Amino acid sequence: MGVGNPNRAKAKSGIVRWIDDRFPLTQMWQDHMSKYYASRTLNFWYVFGVLALLVLVNQILTGIWLTMSYEPSAEGAFASVEYIMRDVEMGWIIRYMHSSGASAFFIVVYLHMFRGLMYGSYQKPRELIWLFGMAIYLALMAEGFFGYLLPWGQMSYWGAQVILSLAGAIPVVGEDLVQWIRGDYLISGITLNRFFSLHVIALPMVIIGLVVLHILALHDVGSNNPDGIEIDQNKDENGVPVDGVAFWPYHVIKDLVAVGVFLTVFCLVIFFFPEGGGYFIEKPNYEPANSLKTPEHIAPVWYFTPYYSMLRAITFPLFGLDAKFLGVITMGGAIAILFVMPWLDRSPVKSMRYKGWMSRLWLGIFVVSFVILGYLGTLATTEGRTIVAQLCTALYFLYFILMPFYTRMEVTKPVPARVV
Amino acid sequence: MSNEVANPTRRRVLVGASLVVGGVGGVSALTPFVASWNPSAKARAAGAPVKADISKLEPGGQVIVAWRGKPVWIVRRSAEALANLAVLDANLADPDSAKSKQPKYVPGNAARALRDEVVVMIGLCTHLGCSPTYRPEVVPTDFDANWQGGFYCPCHGSTFDLSGRVYKGKPAPTNLEIPPHFYESDTIILIGEDGGNA
Repeated sequence: MGVGNPNRAKAKSGIVRWIDDRFPLTQMWQDHMSKYYASRTLNFWYVFGVLALLVLVNQILTGIWLTMSYEPSAEGAFASVEYIMRDVEMGWIIRYMHSSGASAFFIVVYLHMFRGLMYGSYQKPRELIWLFGMAIYLALMAEGFFGYLLPWGQMSYWGAQVILSLAGAIPVVGEDLVQWIRGDYLISGITLNRFFSLHVIALPMVIIGLVVLHILALHDVGSNNPDGIEIDQNKDENGVPVDGVAFWPYHVIKDLVAVGVFLTVFCLVIFFFPEGGGYFIEKPNYEPANSLKTPEHIAPVWYFTPYYSMLRAITFPLFGLDAKFLGVITMGGAIAILFVMPWLDRSPVKSMRYKGWMSRLWLGIFVVSFVILGYLGTLATTEGRTIVAQLCTALYFLYFILMPFYTRMEVTKPVPARVV
Repeated sequence: MSNEVANPTRRRVLVGASLVVGGVGGVSALTPFVASWNPSAKARAAGAPVKADISKLEPGGQVIVAWRGKPVWIVRRSAEALANLAVLDANLADPDSAKSKQPKYVPGNAARALRDEVVVMIGLCTHLGCSPTYRPEVVPTDFDANWQGGFYCPCHGSTFDLSGRVYKGKPAPTNLEIPPHFYESDTIILIGEDGGNA
């Protein structure tokens, strides 16, 4: 029946069979769950993809509910958030789930990306998975940025002012571009309305679409593992990888443990530290936006601070470009260079377990620089801190720029035929 | 049915022409979406000039008025602060405001003002648009041990003197912008119009 794949898996009878004759339900279940094999050696680092998916669901669900009580206007936005916090039944928990969820999203995504760097999950044949993932990361940053304006607090306003001004650094068209994005001579209710639209409609659709592509690409080539060994090189007589374990039920059960741990921590944050010590919700955001007064100390939310530090670190003109434009290029370059990662790593092995000491050292330097930059980005600038930020920015870029050389030069360890 | 194409050149031309016409149509269809992001007629109309009364402004004092929603600062400098300005030239990125935005009728000297003691500036850092803090005291600060008074941007650490001239080696590329303005009377400044000066 039908012109689709005649060999596709179907249930023997019953309602599922009825669906299978009209829609590849059983086939999809097998492809993505019961016959999707991933290495039996997947460790702790492999839970963050599932956790990111969980947080995405949390953001969408709580976001829909917040939209029911939020008012996207310069006059009403701040008050409507207070209304959600005080007057809407259990509104506070929905808002805290959403605001803490944003930070949780970046925590799990950063750990997920680190896993990829550590085990070479971006290497052939997984380049597209990495590219889709990076596109998700970029879309998430845009989503976080647009969303942060919506409470219309002081930090919302001035954070958006700073980031929007970045576009103004582009020679010739910059100023007009910024005005076009704002839709006004300054950030106003007009800007707030369009950011609201992008935050609740456009970007969530883009992100969901990219997540589907990310997972489809992953399930086509198969998951990597801590040894960076392709498990489909060793199959039994049924064509099942001997070192593979089906995603359903085995990996799912393991992931549920991680979900339990994650939710415990997440609930502790929501109930006891919803502002995350000023990192998840910054203190100036409890003051309504005032276009005439910048708060004493302004810093973006923590997940943007590494890039913000790089922006501030560029205090000198170079090659005839002024410091401001160079800062923007540096910031953009820091994200753009992540995209070409699969082509920078020339190592014959994937996993850090078999790479040489230089790869390990540089990965360490990279992570430490990123964390220091992130910390500095939350602080005001001083001369000493600027120098440290400049040094860390240089190291951040050197990790990538030198990668083609040290990954080729270093002596790697022999990779075993099967996962260990 | 044969899969052979009867007249391949003709097919190619037709496919090419359809793609071009369809493409042009598709791109043109974006016009309303792009155009609707421009400032609306209402937003444009809200950009009218504003008046500021400086009769009560003491030396060292600052008033802030909103013009097109942007903070505009009016600062009255004391005689000694004015004298101190020229001394700073060597530490500044653009002491004569050659690269900076200001109306032609405002002198590009240390004072940058129609009347030396009173300066009018848009209070948004030329780096990324934060509003710097007024720090008129000549005291050592955590951002400059030899602070001579001026403005400090809390966002990225740019510093400006009391004429809004940016110090060297700071992220802000140019001096603070001076808006079009003129003295309607001795104590009233109109911001947003040239008043026949231009």
